[in-house]
Amino acid sequence: MGPTSASAVGTPRAPLSERVFAGSMRGAAGGVALILAGVLTFLAVRGGPAMFAQEGELPAHATNFLQLAGPAAFGSLWVAVIALVVASLPAIGVALAATIYAPSPKFGRFLAAVLDLLAAVPSVVFGLWGLMILAPLMVPIYGWLHRNLGWLPFFSGEPSVTGRTVLTAGLVVGVMILPIMAAMCRESFALTPPALMEAAVALGATRWEMVRYAVLPTARSGIVAGGMLALGRALGETMAVAMVLSWTPYLVSVNLVSSGNPVTIAAFIASTFPESTGSQVGALIGLGLVLFGISLLVSIAGRRIARQGVTR
Amino acid sequence: MTATVPAGTRADSSGASPVQPGAAGLAVPAQMSLADAVEMGLVAAPGSAGSAGLAGLPVAPGHISITGVSCYYGSHLAVADVSLEVPGRAVTAFIGPSGCGKSTLLRAINRMHEVIPGARSLGSIILDGVDLNGSGVDAVAVRSKVGMVFQKPNPFPAMSIKDNVLAGLIIRGARPRGSAADDLVEQCLRRAHLWDEVKDRLKKAGDSLSGGQQQRLCIARAVAVQPDVVLMDEPCSALDPISTLAIEELMRDLAQDYTVVVVTHNMAQANRISDVTAFFSLAQAGQPGRLVESGPTGDLFSAPKVAATRDYIEGRFG
Ligand SMILES: Nc1ncnc2c1ncn2[C@@H]1O[C@H](COP(=O)(O)OP(=O)(O)O)[C@@H](O)[C@H]1O
Ligand SMILES: [Mg+2]
Repeated sequence: MGPTSASAVGTPRAPLSERVFAGSMRGAAGGVALILAGVLTFLAVRGGPAMFAQEGELPAHATNFLQLAGPAAFGSLWVAVIALVVASLPAIGVALAATIYAPSPKFGRFLAAVLDLLAAVPSVVFGLWGLMILAPLMVPIYGWLHRNLGWLPFFSGEPSVTGRTVLTAGLVVGVMILPIMAAMCRESFALTPPALMEAAVALGATRWEMVRYAVLPTARSGIVAGGMLALGRALGETMAVAMVLSWTPYLVSVNLVSSGNPVTIAAFIASTFPESTGSQVGALIGLGLVLFGISLLVSIAGRRIARQGVTR
Repeated sequence: MTATVPAGTRADSSGASPVQPGAAGLAVPAQMSLADAVEMGLVAAPGSAGSAGLAGLPVAPGHISITGVSCYYGSHLAVADVSLEVPGRAVTAFIGPSGCGKSTLLRAINRMHEVIPGARSLGSIILDGVDLNGSGVDAVAVRSKVGMVFQKPNPFPAMSIKDNVLAGLIIRGARPRGSAADDLVEQCLRRAHLWDEVKDRLKKAGDSLSGGQQQRLCIARAVAVQPDVVLMDEPCSALDPISTLAIEELMRDLAQDYTVVVVTHNMAQANRISDVTAFFSLAQAGQPGRLVESGPTGDLFSAPKVAATRDYIEGRFG
């Protein structure tokens, strides 16, 4: 035992595999940050100037950037909110059926697998389904809604004859975000402390009363976080909306059934890009920056709510 | 004699089954006469393992006659053929080694074991003349007459202290308002020896209290639905000695108005607080638990009739 070997023991070096592993982890983390910074720079450099673009430099004959971005931002949020409203209750219901109400663990796993399959369906398939099946199916329903509830602003305008309305788009996106929301809810429900459920049952709660007072309150932050995550996904959804929605530029309307529909940012970019040139492309990239900003805010809000739930 | 039904009348508890002797408030004469006879010490309960020896205790409402009860988890027999008289308005302690089925039997009394898939129990558990285990009796209704306190305090964390006390009523959509609510909360918290400690912070979250206080809050919550029986499964085993003392004192006090059944691992505690002790055991792990002997606590501890009981009490078990 020489002094050299003793000092080697005193300051042990991690084995090579350990160092390679740690190094590649750091590299991956740095890479992700770098890519994000790159995307942001691209959006800002290429899209930034479009925000001050003049008439003639913008797509769809817009006179200024705001005229383009405002209604499209509204359209994106509107479709996303419709999708969220459509998906929330079914997501919570399916998640309850897969956990608390599951007749057996096997049934719960089966339901989870079905949802995963639904999540694996490509966006373009949902677009085709919405366009060819759902839209025609909705036409008579929209007519009925207009005749009976036409005094509400949501159903006032002349109903669409193709069914390719903002509500149809919202329904399609709703089905698309159902799996992710249901998965988040399922996880929160599964985390309910059994002791709380026992407490409710021992007080004479029926199964639903137990869900209402022991399961849902504890899962609340998880449900909200799942909703925010789903909202973020719905905001970014492009393909299905671009295929289903029949839109009019600059339109801001809460009408759900008429042929005049606002456009979403993502769908506008996807359908306008092919015939755009030069400064028009810059404007589309600027719209991308706006959408990025909205998604970021939603995601921050979701995180904050989820964290609040943990520290409460 | 009380001919009222223990299972209360919850408007929404009947579910799909149309007529339930438990929920409809009917007397059950055939069962009552047997229960009464047992109560009065005229006949021994059929199949009684050890003599109940209740002659010295006054007959009180809230008496439970357990007859031939066996509990299964799927095909696994966990508790075999227990017959036992649990006196009303008194403390009965269940003692015995781990795995002998104390918790299982306790849960069978308010049918909490039914929550576990595949769990079921046979035999009859007659409370004031009504078989809680009868096929027509709704488990939800049974639980509102037979409350339960668990090993680990489990207040609702999202509810205030006040709402925790009222939880049983809130859950069934019968939340009292105004002074009625305040009075009930005060009464139950006093009952649970907790009022003085929390009266200034009723709006605080239920889990902001210490473990011992939480357990007393859970007791207040249990008595707020006006049960006849309060079951406790090792209510002190997660608490420090001072909190334990407070709960023990409380259990004695509760026995003035409720039938208290407590599972405990602590022999000294059983000796201190209970009027009747039932000793359970099992031949070996995996075998069903059985009632070995039961009787007035003083007799059982000073002169056990069965050698196994003496061995256990003296710490010579296993
Ligand atoms: N949820 C359960 N599923 C299956 N078996 C159980 C369950 N709970 C308890 N048992 C079994 O029932 C027997 C009695 O358990 P328990 O009533 O908890 O005993 P004790 O409370 O006296 O320690 C044990 O053999 C145990 O393995
Ligand atoms: Mg136990």
